[in-house]
Amino acid sequence: MENIIQLKQVNKWYGDFHVLKDINFEVSEKEKVVICGPSGSGKSTLIRCINRLEEHQKGEIIVDGMTLDENTKNISAIRSEVGMVFQQFNLFPHLSILENCTLAQIWVKKKTKKESEALAMDYLKKVQIDDQAAKFPGQLSGGQQQRAAIARALCMEPKIMLFDEPTSALDPEMIKEVLDVMVDLAKGGMTMCVVTHEMGFAKEVADRVVFMDEGNIVEAKKTKDFFDNPENERTKLFLSQIL
Amino acid sequence: MNKTLNYIREKFFSSPIDAFLTISISYLIYLTIPPLLDWMFISATFSGESKKECVSGGACWVFVKIWFNRFLYGMYPNDEVWRVNLPFGILVVSIIVYRFLNEKYKKYLFLFLIIPFPILSLMLFSGGFLGLMPVETREWGGLFLTLVISIFAIIFCFPLGVLLAMGRRSNLPVVRYFSVGFIEFWRGVPLITVLFMAGVMFPLLLPAGTNMDKLVRVIIAITLFEAAYMAEVVRGGLQAVGRGQYDASKAIGMGYWKSHIFIILPQALKLVIPGIANTFIALFKDTPLVFVVGLLEILGMVNLAKTNPAWLGMATEGYVFVALVYWIFCFAMSRYSLSIEEKLKTTN
Ligand SMILES: Nc1ncnc2c1ncn2[C@@H]1O[C@H](COP(=O)(O)OP(=O)(O)O)[C@@H](O)[C@H]1O
Ligand SMILES: [Mg+2]
Repeated sequence: MENIIQLKQVNKWYGDFHVLKDINFEVSEKEKVVICGPSGSGKSTLIRCINRLEEHQKGEIIVDGMTLDENTKNISAIRSEVGMVFQQFNLFPHLSILENCTLAQIWVKKKTKKESEALAMDYLKKVQIDDQAAKFPGQLSGGQQQRAAIARALCMEPKIMLFDEPTSALDPEMIKEVLDVMVDLAKGGMTMCVVTHEMGFAKEVADRVVFMDEGNIVEAKKTKDFFDNPENERTKLFLSQIL
Repeated sequence: MNKTLNYIREKFFSSPIDAFLTISISYLIYLTIPPLLDWMFISATFSGESKKECVSGGACWVFVKIWFNRFLYGMYPNDEVWRVNLPFGILVVSIIVYRFLNEKYKKYLFLFLIIPFPILSLMLFSGGFLGLMPVETREWGGLFLTLVISIFAIIFCFPLGVLLAMGRRSNLPVVRYFSVGFIEFWRGVPLITVLFMAGVMFPLLLPAGTNMDKLVRVIIAITLFEAAYMAEVVRGGLQAVGRGQYDASKAIGMGYWKSHIFIILPQALKLVIPGIANTFIALFKDTPLVFVVGLLEILGMVNLAKTNPAWLGMATEGYVFVALVYWIFCFAMSRYSLSIEEKLKTTN
């Protein structure tokens, strides 16, 4: 199988602080990978390197055949193929939900307003908030906002979706509506990297689970294996706390 | 009746200190306001042609009346003032009409007002074509000059200030150091020095035979000066927009300029509307300083008129008039910025 995301010996420092240590990580097309681990272990940093929201200092990152380096052409090409969903939703508060979804289609993909609104409405319907299209983000519940943020990312028709703790900022009763959307997306064949502590979600859709600690990937296995036979002590401890 | 008394007691006499303040302020008002009203209206002289008619002891508004055209237009020829009135009339009408237009026409009208309209207006003010008599900028003056300087300086200093604010936060060291240097330089020198340099020193630096209109030099100087202040105001707004907004706009493929134009600046500028309005008002009130290079806006014209031998002793009337005119414009700007704030508040 072709690897659509490939990280080789990736290292990253914040000043003196070594956040990513010799990371080797790959994701093949249509694969779903869940990344978990204690807070501060470098999970966000890792997936933010994949669409170059963060720069790595050593090693190689190749996404869909393109190497991530100073070449700005590659960066914008990669960003248009990789969608991202954030813990804090990060919707644009001064734009309506519909405008949130059409802005980049119009200005990055150069589509007409009509085309982009049609596509936006399709995706908003898929995440079941098409009736909220005219509202502003501040008028929506957390769960609705996160679904809108997923629709916004999907509107760019990415090949890969990155999720950084998409349900951690949500009230418990809204987590399911967001996870349902993500499960649907996974079943539709999207390549996904999901940082989450929702182990139910991991068991349901993940092909592989990766466990990080202190900047290292300490365990990476097929999902069933990961839950049934964790080897590393820290993985065992983490799983015993979270399950 | 009892209710009113209770209300007064609660609001104005609720404690000994309150009562003391209420009484002293009332007394101050009693001391100042009636004599002022008497001077301004009751014993003031409104009709007449010269200082001789002003014998009533109140304000001599005849002074302002006789000099009115000079205060408004400076030395602009009386027969040509329609060339000033027309563009300003169009401007006022446009601003009123603007409120009632739909979004699409608003955009067109706005673009017209900030690009072709100022150029056409300047052409009309200057003349020299289609049989219009040329009027050199050194004849421009009064309120007309105040408005020309402030409007052009505002139009230019705003985008420049935004660019400098972005530059100061740029990742490119050259851009960042240039912006920091520029801002700190212009913030560190007094405007009056800047104007003096622009008016007197700058022409000496130009190659012989070249010439740049003094008014243009002054507008450029004020623009650069105020842009530095604008930059710091806007930077405050940029800092208040969360990192998540940058992340999200990058993640959907928007580059630096697109992110700023569509995502970051609309939010940042909205946050600092009061600061922007403040800078514009300060700029407007700084215009009288152009007297150092011999340009006379409304206050300069009053200073000139009060030294006219036939009108000696009219300074107070002149200054009260100028204060009133400045206050009206500044108050209008302040209210306008509040109304924009209100409007943006309700849309999201
Ligand atoms: N911009 C930054 N500057 C300095 N340190 C950072 C920055 N972002 C994250 N860190 C540090 O890097 C470590 C990993 O952070 P992060 O990737 O967000 O962890 P996780 O997502 O696993 O909780 C943390 O210790 C955090 O404090
Ligand atoms: Mg994180």
